[in-house]
Amino acid sequence: MAGRQKDKPASERLRIGVDVGGTNTDAVVMGDAGVVSWFKTPTTDDVGSGIVTAIEHLLSENALSHTAIGSVMIGTTQFTNALVERKKLVEVGIIRIGLPATASIPPLSDWPRDLVRSVGQHIHLVGGGYEFDGRKIAELDEDAILKAAQDFKGKGLRAIAISCVFSPMSAAMEERAAEIVRREIPDARITLSSEVGRMGLLERENAAILNASLSRLSGRVIKSCSAALRRLKIKAPLYISQNDGTLMGVERAERFPVMTFASGPTNSMRGAAFLSGLDQAIVIDIGGTTMDVGVLARGFPRESSVSVDIGGVRTNFRMPDILSVGLGGGSLVRSCPDGAITVGPDSVGFRLTERARVFGGDDLTATDIAVAAGIARIGDPAAVTNISPELVSEAVKVIQRAITDAVDRMKTSAAEVPVILVGGGSILAPKDIRGASRVLMPEHYSVANAIGAAIAQASGEVDKVYSYDLLGRDGSIAQATQEARAAAVAAGADADSLKVIDITELPLAYIPGGTVRLRIKVVGDRRDLSTTGVG
Amino acid sequence: MKLRLHDLIDFARGAAFLGTGGGGDPYIGRLMLGRALQKGGKLNIIDLADLADDALVVAVAMAGAPAVLIEKFPHGSEAEHCLRAMEGELGRPIDAIIPAEIGGFNSAIPLVLGANTGIPVVNADGMGRAFPELQMVTYSAYGGTVSPLVLTNEHGDVVTIRSKDNHKAELLARCLFMQMGGSAQICCYPMEGRFLKKYAIAGTLDIALGIGRAIARGRSGGDPFEELLSFLASTEHYRHSKVLFDGKVVDLVRKTGGGFTSGVASLSELDSSDASFEIVFQNENLAARSGGRTLAIVPDLICILDRETAEPITTETLAYGQRVKVLAVSAPDLLLTDIGLRSFGPQAFGIDEPYRPFEE
Repeated sequence: MAGRQKDKPASERLRIGVDVGGTNTDAVVMGDAGVVSWFKTPTTDDVGSGIVTAIEHLLSENALSHTAIGSVMIGTTQFTNALVERKKLVEVGIIRIGLPATASIPPLSDWPRDLVRSVGQHIHLVGGGYEFDGRKIAELDEDAILKAAQDFKGKGLRAIAISCVFSPMSAAMEERAAEIVRREIPDARITLSSEVGRMGLLERENAAILNASLSRLSGRVIKSCSAALRRLKIKAPLYISQNDGTLMGVERAERFPVMTFASGPTNSMRGAAFLSGLDQAIVIDIGGTTMDVGVLARGFPRESSVSVDIGGVRTNFRMPDILSVGLGGGSLVRSCPDGAITVGPDSVGFRLTERARVFGGDDLTATDIAVAAGIARIGDPAAVTNISPELVSEAVKVIQRAITDAVDRMKTSAAEVPVILVGGGSILAPKDIRGASRVLMPEHYSVANAIGAAIAQASGEVDKVYSYDLLGRDGSIAQATQEARAAAVAAGADADSLKVIDITELPLAYIPGGTVRLRIKVVGDRRDLSTTGVG
Repeated sequence: MKLRLHDLIDFARGAAFLGTGGGGDPYIGRLMLGRALQKGGKLNIIDLADLADDALVVAVAMAGAPAVLIEKFPHGSEAEHCLRAMEGELGRPIDAIIPAEIGGFNSAIPLVLGANTGIPVVNADGMGRAFPELQMVTYSAYGGTVSPLVLTNEHGDVVTIRSKDNHKAELLARCLFMQMGGSAQICCYPMEGRFLKKYAIAGTLDIALGIGRAIARGRSGGDPFEELLSFLASTEHYRHSKVLFDGKVVDLVRKTGGGFTSGVASLSELDSSDASFEIVFQNENLAARSGGRTLAIVPDLICILDRETAEPITTETLAYGQRVKVLAVSAPDLLLTDIGLRSFGPQAFGIDEPYRPFEE
């Protein structure tokens, strides 16, 4: 494999990874030997110009031509942030097909109130849906769908979410409803629940509604990413990172922004594994506002085994198990009247470089404390010499306790494990952490996320109906796995590195012969990325 | 006891724990109950001891395949419809309703009906956990009659089954569950207060709430498993409990058919991928085995929990790769008498093995 690649000119193998975070846009150029160069610039409101700034800098600094770039991978937390901050969301027209069943729990029942206000309460429950055995609960009530569509049209809604009882078994009613809606609202952006989720009507419906409410933003952000590459004259393919650390094309990313929700933590943990060469460790990613703590198991983020709330909404995506704590480089430090010191959860965020004292500002931040305590060297240390030593030592204790507690909560046993620090805010962390066998801050730690995007994997998926009576369960799974592996190899994966990350069996009880819908997903490292480091 | 809107998360978590993997998604029950309380419903929960000897009480539940409920949940009118049809069958008003099953979704169904109609709900149940069949309830084991058994669905269909044989009534009802889309609302076991005072498992609504609170307490400081084990030891019914296994799910065979979700989950130690522990389930977890040896068996409770948070995991949300701890908990005394074991012991599930308490 490596031999074959040596025949190619070195320039063909360059890849660019970009992480568009809430505060910074980081870009990294990677070649066969690893990181060539990186650059950090503030995230811009339009997303694209920050990307242009970062990549332009990388190209000129390394005297690279735009033709030297083989591919560009972008990871973004724009959609997660929009949801968490309740910003840039649009109101959604919601149709649930299932009456007379399911009326006891209407859509949005368990949503946070402020988010319900963001998406509106434009809900239509209509007759239809399937039983578990494929029969219909009721005929699809097309008149009711037409009325819903007219209601949405009258309200000027463009983002539409359609769910249906047992749609993972058959998407026909959702698809028919979409047709009717599209006739009334030709430019509607419609999300079907069967496209974004698995079994579990409420969770799948939630995912569809979240996706629809992000649809205007996703159009803007993804188009802005593509436009950035055009401005840079880069013709290489553009990929967007998704939840499981693999990549998707721009069309799919624009349609399914929910698929990017966990890509931030996934990328930073994969980047940490790559940079440190460790595959079992705890990763702490400290940014400007929050600290995300996750566990690397065999080079991959440990998955959460319980349903994951995103912005307070229950979904059933497969997500890394991440503990998020409101502590970052920009966290505000305060003394309470009772003498206690608090750090965070509020933060100066991306204004750190104007508002922190070491940068000439007036706010006392966690970064100022780290500088005053001699843990970090950044900005002007003279600006923090007047802070009382008691305050500094107390605040340091608060920060260290938060980090130690988080590590302890994520550990699976009392045994000490290595801790990898990444992210720009990791200068806050002490060099020894209780419960850690050692603390590593690998080279390029501050751009682990962009590196994770650049080394994202290729995947292959099979979603087909098998007869267990004919092939047996083991035979069916073996055949499906083989097909998924072939698809992953076709997508650029190295056959030796493939791993099965998901097996979902859905017995179709209504068809005789042990008929099962089998979904298998495999992922592997990309062949064109022949760097060592992981594992 | 009082159960308020802000208690529902803890209550549902405790009910899920007592579901021992089955009993249906308690999340759905919690949302239904939350909506009933938000709409102004008032709960009147009464203790078993306060029930008049001649009070007429019926058991209220949803029955069928739990896997169906995460997709197709009720319209909301089925339960009251069912209760009124039962009153019609009995020819007199019903004084109170009682849960058949504290485990899972069915802990909430009588409470939703109580909140919607104001009818008193008895703080007790007939299983002290969850079981897959209608006659697997102390009301039946100790001589009660399931009939008239009234079934309703979201379309307003009403079916009454009358049989002298509780098991036969169950078999007949199963055909109807399938026809009704996998599950149906039921009212059954018309009973008197004096019978229930002897044969219902008292205080289990309270205990479910206590279990949920213990886990929450452990999460906010301390260890959720320690809190849980120490709370269980303080209860009347669940004196013995211990962690049987700590590991991850490496294989899962699951099928839905005949009204059940049945299968086997294989687990391995965390740092291995070789299966060394298995759990057999039929809606609920029935047996836990390792190296050919049975470590715990029905009617003792076998509960799978997230190994970090102690959140109970139901058989339908069990998934490949999950990190879990498996707990064994002793069953209430009423399930462990000779009479109890005939209805709830391993043989009742076709397992040819004697019951042995896991703590021995």
